Amino acid sequence: MEQQLASILDKYQHNPLRLMDILIDIQESAGYISEEAVGYIAPELNISRADVEQTRSFYHFFSKKPTGKYSIFLNTSVTAYMMRRNAVARTFEQEAGIPFNSVTRDGLIGLFDTSCIGMSDQEPAAIINGKIFPNLTPFRVKELIRDIRAGKSMEELVVEGYGDGENSNEDIRAVVNNNIRKIGPVLDPRYKPGEVIWDILPKLTPEQVIEEVKNSNIRGRGGAGFPTGMKWELCRKAKADEKYIICNADEGEPGTFKDRVILTERPKLLLEGMVIAAYATGATRGILYVRHEYKYLKTYLENLIQGAHERNLMGNDIAGIKGFNFDVRIQFGAGSYVCGEESALIESAEGKRGEPRDKPPFPVESGYLGKPTVVNNVETFCSAVKVLLNGGEWYRSFGTEDSTGTKVLSISGDCRYPGIYEVEWGFSVNDICEMAGAEDIQGVQVGGPSGSLVGPGDFDRTLCFADLSTGGSLIMFNYSRDLLQDVVLNFTNFFIEESCGSCSTCRIMPVLLRDKLKKILDARGVKKDMDDILAWAEVLKASRCGLGQTASNPIISSIRNFKHLYEQKIRRGTEYDTGFDLNMAMQDGMAATGRFPVTQS
Amino acid sequence: MEKPVIATTSLAGCFGCHMSLLDIDERILELIELVDFNKSPINDIKTFTRECDIGLIEGGCCLDENVHVLEDFRKHCRILVSVGECAIMGGLPAMRNGIPIRECLEEAYLNGPTVRYTNNEKIMPNDEELPIMLDRVYPCHEVVKIDYFLPGCPPRADLIWNALTALINNREMDLPYEVFKFD
Ligand SMILES: Cc1cc2nc3c(=O)[nH]c(=O)nc-3n(C[C@H](O)[C@H](O)[C@H](O)COP(=O)(O)O)c2cc1C
Ligand code: SF4
Ligand code: SF4
Repeated sequence: MEQQLASILDKYQHNPLRLMDILIDIQESAGYISEEAVGYIAPELNISRADVEQTRSFYHFFSKKPTGKYSIFLNTSVTAYMMRRNAVARTFEQEAGIPFNSVTRDGLIGLFDTSCIGMSDQEPAAIINGKIFPNLTPFRVKELIRDIRAGKSMEELVVEGYGDGENSNEDIRAVVNNNIRKIGPVLDPRYKPGEVIWDILPKLTPEQVIEEVKNSNIRGRGGAGFPTGMKWELCRKAKADEKYIICNADEGEPGTFKDRVILTERPKLLLEGMVIAAYATGATRGILYVRHEYKYLKTYLENLIQGAHERNLMGNDIAGIKGFNFDVRIQFGAGSYVCGEESALIESAEGKRGEPRDKPPFPVESGYLGKPTVVNNVETFCSAVKVLLNGGEWYRSFGTEDSTGTKVLSISGDCRYPGIYEVEWGFSVNDICEMAGAEDIQGVQVGGPSGSLVGPGDFDRTLCFADLSTGGSLIMFNYSRDLLQDVVLNFTNFFIEESCGSCSTCRIMPVLLRDKLKKILDARGVKKDMDDILAWAEVLKASRCGLGQTASNPIISSIRNFKHLYEQKIRRGTEYDTGFDLNMAMQDGMAATGRFPVTQS
Repeated sequence: MEKPVIATTSLAGCFGCHMSLLDIDERILELIELVDFNKSPINDIKTFTRECDIGLIEGGCCLDENVHVLEDFRKHCRILVSVGECAIMGGLPAMRNGIPIRECLEEAYLNGPTVRYTNNEKIMPNDEELPIMLDRVYPCHEVVKIDYFLPGCPPRADLIWNALTALINNREMDLPYEVFKFD
């Protein structure tokens, strides 16, 4: 074991900032990260055992105990359940002979739940030893477990043939499909990689680049919509010896998978965007932070970065511009939604727990290693390339007044054509339903769990920052779905699972809200429960980051837009009732202290 | 117009929320102009002598006595406010909620390092004057109806001040993020 650990440590130069990579490698090679491994690497990295321990215990894909020779992680997202996840899960349990979250006695198979893995258009999907297995059926599960028992290799487990586009590239070879349904100016396949870096950058000063990006009015595509030009300018003006460009490809919002498709089909566009940002801000280093679930793209992305170096699109004196040096490394996550929050992402890239930082200072002032850092979404970088290619004026001709350009949407759920759509901002929900072949729709989740659930009354509202803002996730639900049980409860559980636990508000309140919701679903709820939910949700706004601040959105937006579903389940005539019973609550304490005879009820 | 009447109490809390109320500094003089206090540790009035408009509750319920006090407050106050995390969610005392009460008591009185060799008769305090521990710590709203919740541990003085004056003047609260942000 020690030899293996030593070679992993050597690979990362015993650098504690690379603790994530080190733990990922140990997890992959040994199947878990043992106490002994922790004890061995801590002194080697010159950090405390607790430092290693806290990173290890934070991430979903790190494990203290063996997770099985074949570790199967089945997605728990709402779309997986809609596509009959229950039957698939039951078959896994029956065939493997164990319940979820355990490992067979012979150590061969481990079954685990996992939050949305970015495959909402091809659910139910599982990750087995890093490989994606989409569109699972009970039959396919039987086949898989049989093949695993027969000792087949991971390659042999794949029988479907590889997916469309670059998914069949020999560096990827994944069964995943892109499902690109509509292409716009950003995803345009006529893109010539490197064109902007070679032909346009040398003619512009960094200030002019920023001016053009500002002129385009691009706003961040990761959800929050911060003006990109302003972000770059703030970073440019920050004084420091080193600056960083980080691309946020963590894509953890359930129902979102557009970054996966961009990473697969337009990765060069994204990398070119990072180089442009580096030129504009004066950054010399970049990090592409990719969620663990997309680790099957590792070799492919690494080779592309290598290729960019060979073509002088990265490295030193890029495109012949004297002194313009920039290099990108890839950082994988290890299973954590909150790491999509930019400051948590930075912590994670530094090898630590993905706990959001207190703000201010914002990353543009003090980011990676305390240096000025630009964090942008994958799609934001891609859009910036097109802005420089065609001009800010051109970009503004798409979209609406306050939301310029286009948005790449990830559409899933009850519709005929789930997949990726690049549309101009300003489309209505109705337009989108029609485009995706969604009929008889009861509700649409716009922007994932942290967005809002809207009903037919709102379907003429438009997608843009001023109205229905979205990072791109749209999930459709028809009238066969029980919105509260299947959707709202699932999303609330998601936030509970993914909270980093730093703020007591975010750690506790979603649980209390879920209990209220369950009470209502069990037909025990009263009017006061709904009032409480609305009042308590406000408490969550005190949380440090967007996760806690939006954790009540599923419940709140459904109360607002689907009030009738709640009212149907509420007990009438009773204003207030929690079921609290003082006598019951005292029984145990009295028995323990022998106060007076307790009559067991 | 008659001045509104306020009552306050600390149940399973640390008195930090009351300290925060006092932390409004010289505005306390303004407050005295605005309201009258009834039952409260601040003036040491032990029982309700009149009906009140606003009851401020610090702490959740960990004893039967807390439940009685809280019910009394509900009876005498038109508006009840849960002040601070303990009242809202149980707070720090609720750390024991995952452990059976018998184990907690045994640890405190029989097995803990400071009592193991001294409590030779293995006595658990059981005088009937003592209140009885509940099986877990309950947030106030699970025991009686609570009208408003003021988050924080403790809520900042500004927040309490803001909420009180809003309630008294019957207006919306002015709540910038900086005032109630977690850290
Ligand atoms: C809980 C949480 C998760 C997030 N996840 C992502 C994500 O997966 N991808 C992303 O680009 N931004 C995500 N964000 C937003 C980022 O914090 C940040 O605003 C964004 O990466 C900035 O890039 P942009 O300006 O290009 O949108 C998340 C925010 C929060 C609070
Ligand atoms: S709001 Fe939640 S996820 Fe965000 S920092 Fe606080 S505890 Fe962590
Ligand atoms: S909320 Fe905090 S300050 Fe208030 S009683 Fe509880 S522990 Fe003390």
